[in-house]
Amino acid sequence: MKREVPLFLTAAIGLFMIASFFVPHHWVSVPADFLQACAIIIVAFGYVLGGANVLRVNLEGISRREPDWGHKIVLVVSLIVTFVIGIVDGMRAHGSFPAEGSGSKWIYDNLYATMSATMFSLLAFFIASAAFRAFRIRTLEAGLLAVAALIVMLGRVPVGDVMTHGLPEQIRLGVLQQWIMDFPQNASKRAILIGAALGVMATGLRVILGIERSYLGGEE
Amino acid sequence: MGFVTWLAKLDRRWIFLAMGLLVLGPLIRPLSLPLTVSRPVQGFVNAIDAVPHGSTVLMSCDYDPASIPEMVPMTRTAFRHLLSRDCRVVITCLWAGGSGLIDSVLTEGAREFPSKSYGQDWVNLGYKSGNEAVMVVMGQGIINAFPRDFRGNACETLPIMRSVRNYSSFPLLVNISAGYPGTKEWVQQVQARFHLPMVAGVTAVSAPEYYPYLQAGQLQGLLGGMAGAAEYETLVKAPGLATRGMDAQSLAHIFIALMILLGNLAALPQRSSGGKS
Repeated sequence: MKREVPLFLTAAIGLFMIASFFVPHHWVSVPADFLQACAIIIVAFGYVLGGANVLRVNLEGISRREPDWGHKIVLVVSLIVTFVIGIVDGMRAHGSFPAEGSGSKWIYDNLYATMSATMFSLLAFFIASAAFRAFRIRTLEAGLLAVAALIVMLGRVPVGDVMTHGLPEQIRLGVLQQWIMDFPQNASKRAILIGAALGVMATGLRVILGIERSYLGGEE
Repeated sequence: MGFVTWLAKLDRRWIFLAMGLLVLGPLIRPLSLPLTVSRPVQGFVNAIDAVPHGSTVLMSCDYDPASIPEMVPMTRTAFRHLLSRDCRVVITCLWAGGSGLIDSVLTEGAREFPSKSYGQDWVNLGYKSGNEAVMVVMGQGIINAFPRDFRGNACETLPIMRSVRNYSSFPLLVNISAGYPGTKEWVQQVQARFHLPMVAGVTAVSAPEYYPYLQAGQLQGLLGGMAGAAEYETLVKAPGLATRGMDAQSLAHIFIALMILLGNLAALPQRSSGGKS
């Protein structure tokens, strides 16, 4: 029963939600709307589970003195401090959260925002280093990739047009990069999208029909 | 061969230093390189210009502080553009880390329009967890998904929300997104299902993913990264952060292109001797 009931619920609700796309009658649309509203609440519960899981995994790591256990302490302390300050600010807040001047707002502006931006900014340096060390043109395909990358990279920024200003318009970098984006790139991206969509449909059907059971946990 | 050997042994910290200087230099002393406006950006501006004056537009800002340099200039310019056309703007956010940042950007942008007031001309509905489920529930009723705004007001008491029921209340959706949930999900769940016309601003790295939607007409316009934001600023004659950043990005792109070429030059001796890199 531990497996049959969830499988039955998944199949019944899955088929019902598919039917709601095609049957506009209120006997179908009203329960479907209710189920969709339930989904929002269930996702919100996911944050609680996620937080609890982060705590469990990292506290275990600290107690076993796993590699980088010091980092785990920073993570757990940050999580608890942010959580407690958030709860206190939330109880005091009478309007927007986080309110101006609150501890949560300070954490958001001075720690979260700045650290997020810093992590993303580092990409510029690593991409430059990776371009030098890893992008090797050993085959024809790699050569084509490099040529396309160079054209798009330079054509996307103003300097590309400045560099090729004297050339006929059709072979300026800006025009060439737009052609690459509009045709070869677009065709391959569309193929990937269609393939992925078919894969999602197949997976959805497998879940609804009870063939795919990994979401239940344990063995297949 | 001396230069090639030197290249092969180049410490990557020199690359980091050069990249830092190339980005910093133009930010301090702009080069003012001319910008050419691309078709997707022109489409974005045309779509907003086609919205009748006084309409209420839905704007979803789905990003967090990691994407500030690309997303904030787009948000600021689109918000100003809409307010300058006397449109009312309803803003939502589907990224947990983004609502505080977005509220700051909008509040700052609204200060330029003293005649526009919060709750009357624009409202920030804040963050709601649930990703695609929120998009679908908004189709039943915007207030169903967002009963309160970011500031804690009951949405039904706000004048702007009195004329808003569901997606049929909006002539256009402006989505500024840095990933999931974002433009792809808005196209799949809302544009395709509720036939709401849509434009999007996305990060440069993800922009190629949305060209099929652009070509199919599901997106009427697209801003790709800082370049798209800078072109948008140029078109609406409001140069800002993105325009200033384009000079730095130009030099960074040239540098990366140069690194690809030099890296392959440095690998030549190994290849000719048949050695492994």
